[in-house]
Amino acid sequence: MRRVIAKEEVCIGCRLCEIWCQVQHSDTKDIIKAFKKEDKQAVPRVHVEEEGARSFGLQCRNCEEPYCVYSCISGAMYYDEETGTVQHDPEKCVGCWTCIMACHRGAILRDERGERVAAKCDMCTELEVPACVAHCPNEALILVEDDQEEETE
Amino acid sequence: MRHYKYLIIGNSAGGIGAAEAIRKTDKEGSMAIISDEEHHVYGRPLISYYLGDEIDYDKIFYRPFDFYDKKKIDAILGKKAVKVDFDRSIVTLDDAEEIEYEKLLLATGGTPFVPPIKGLDKYEHFSFITLDDSLKIRERLSRKKIETAIVLGGGLIGLKAAEALTMRGINVKVVELADRVLSPVLDEQASAIIQDVVESEGVEVITGHTFNEVVGNGGMANGVIMDTGVKIDCGLVIIAIGVRPRIDLVKDSPVKLNRGIVVNKHMETNIPNVYACGDCAEVYDFLSDNFRLTPLWPTAYVGGNIAGHNMAGNAKEYVWGTGMNAVDFFGFPVISAGYINPPEGQEMEVLTKIEPENMTYKKFLIQDNRIMGMIFVNEVDRAGVILGLMRDKVDVSSFKDDLLRIDFGAVHLPIKLREEINTAAV
Ligand SMILES: Cc1cc2nc3c(=O)[nH]c(=O)nc-3n(C[C@H](O)[C@H](O)[C@H](O)COP(=O)(O)OP(=O)(O)OC[C@H]3O[C@@H](n4cnc5c(N)ncnc54)[C@H](O)[C@@H]3O)c2cc1C
Repeated sequence: MRRVIAKEEVCIGCRLCEIWCQVQHSDTKDIIKAFKKEDKQAVPRVHVEEEGARSFGLQCRNCEEPYCVYSCISGAMYYDEETGTVQHDPEKCVGCWTCIMACHRGAILRDERGERVAAKCDMCTELEVPACVAHCPNEALILVEDDQEEETE
Repeated sequence: MRHYKYLIIGNSAGGIGAAEAIRKTDKEGSMAIISDEEHHVYGRPLISYYLGDEIDYDKIFYRPFDFYDKKKIDAILGKKAVKVDFDRSIVTLDDAEEIEYEKLLLATGGTPFVPPIKGLDKYEHFSFITLDDSLKIRERLSRKKIETAIVLGGGLIGLKAAEALTMRGINVKVVELADRVLSPVLDEQASAIIQDVVESEGVEVITGHTFNEVVGNGGMANGVIMDTGVKIDCGLVIIAIGVRPRIDLVKDSPVKLNRGIVVNKHMETNIPNVYACGDCAEVYDFLSDNFRLTPLWPTAYVGGNIAGHNMAGNAKEYVWGTGMNAVDFFGFPVISAGYINPPEGQEMEVLTKIEPENMTYKKFLIQDNRIMGMIFVNEVDRAGVILGLMRDKVDVSSFKDDLLRIDFGAVHLPIKLREEINTAAV
């Protein structure tokens, strides 16, 4: 199962993960345009949780028991059997925030553009390595697939 | 006679939760889902969004249209189960067909409570529980312009109906007998904020009152007579005062009933091979360590899911649920779970923070260093972290002072919990 995990001992809170997540989810996927030109800026789906010197990037950890999926009243949150990941369809989302209540990690946020939909990490399934992981300078975000889980942890 | 390894009555949160769990282990075992509603499975809470034109009709459906095919499920829709013979393991449908089962799930949900109000037998009025209700009200609105609607009940369903009708440009008056809206799920402070929000959107809220009579002519309602004797004119009456377990099917049967169907943590009833979940059942509540009605979508789905695992031979316990509500009114989010005020005779520490200028409010109830209740108003991000702490009975004494921070989240938890959040697969 595809999963991004975080290592707070090497996270410096640089927020490059947020920046590259936003680029990856922008229309143009171009960093300058994504931040300066696009009318509707994409929301980053990873956020750096920070308290003093302590920080880590938080995004969907693709739970084995995805309670956000189980709780969703509209079917917008779903388990995609093809990629083995929990995905969210903003077109189906009605913004009831039940997924926010169900996620014990606090990884799902409201789309701050005022869209009344949830914003959730999609694990960049179309990429070999998710954008946040690829651009983390310190390996504070690591991609694990099920079979290699043991060695990584 | 048709025979199924798994027979599910109820094509909604609980029934689908069970079917999906069964198919995780048993990919082939024959399965059927019965419902007296004809529709493909839909998100029941979405009927208000459809009524309010906030979503198109096709968005109301909860799973893709090829769902039953893909999961190898016979969907027996538009048929009502009228009898269960538990000795012979046979369910009888309203067209007299008999269906034999090996494992049976009762996921029959709720039925709207309509009080005996004068005039309801003569004049048109609506419940607000099913997609058909939503379709009927829409049809009514398309036939005749309605200026004013009266909604009886200021609970979650009543207010969602009021929101939807407001979106359609109708003046809505909500009549609630309690002294405030949403009284079962919010405290006084949070209720007052929500009442402000809905009133500022044009909904009139009349608390502490009810109406005693519906009046009209030619079968159509044109007003209600309040308990004060005053008549309020309206073109539409919606009754939304609550839902009760729908247990008519097992009323005079050996199935043990209390307020709902009695189940254990495995979601088994007292009858072998018969399970129950969702709004029709009294399910485990981790907070009170007791079994009670928890008529909510997430608890119905997860309870059904656990039932399904057990039906397919995987022993699992349902320990995930308690009272938990997430809802949004006119773009204004609220989440609450557990106790909203300390129950009578129990000592609880109460932490609150209110910021009137942002209309935000947070509240926690703490007993023996354990969080027993939470309310988040207008700032709901990371609320799930708290519900997780409640469920895992975490001792919060070392970070209690941080709880009320607006950004309280995983980063404020002790190292062991942070590590779980950051690396664990569950
Ligand atoms: C307008 C509205 C808004 C809501 N909003 C929320 C919300 O925001 N969050 C939340 O958590 N919950 C919400 N709820 C509650 C939620 O919808 C229910 O808790 C949930 O649907 C319960 O699921 P269930 O599977 O137990 O039963 P139900 O959804 O009630 O489904 C039971 C099904 O079984 C069928 N059935 C019953 N008996 C028979 C029989 N004898 N033969 C054949 N079929 C039968 C019924 O027709 C029905 O289709 C809302 C409810 C309503 C009405």
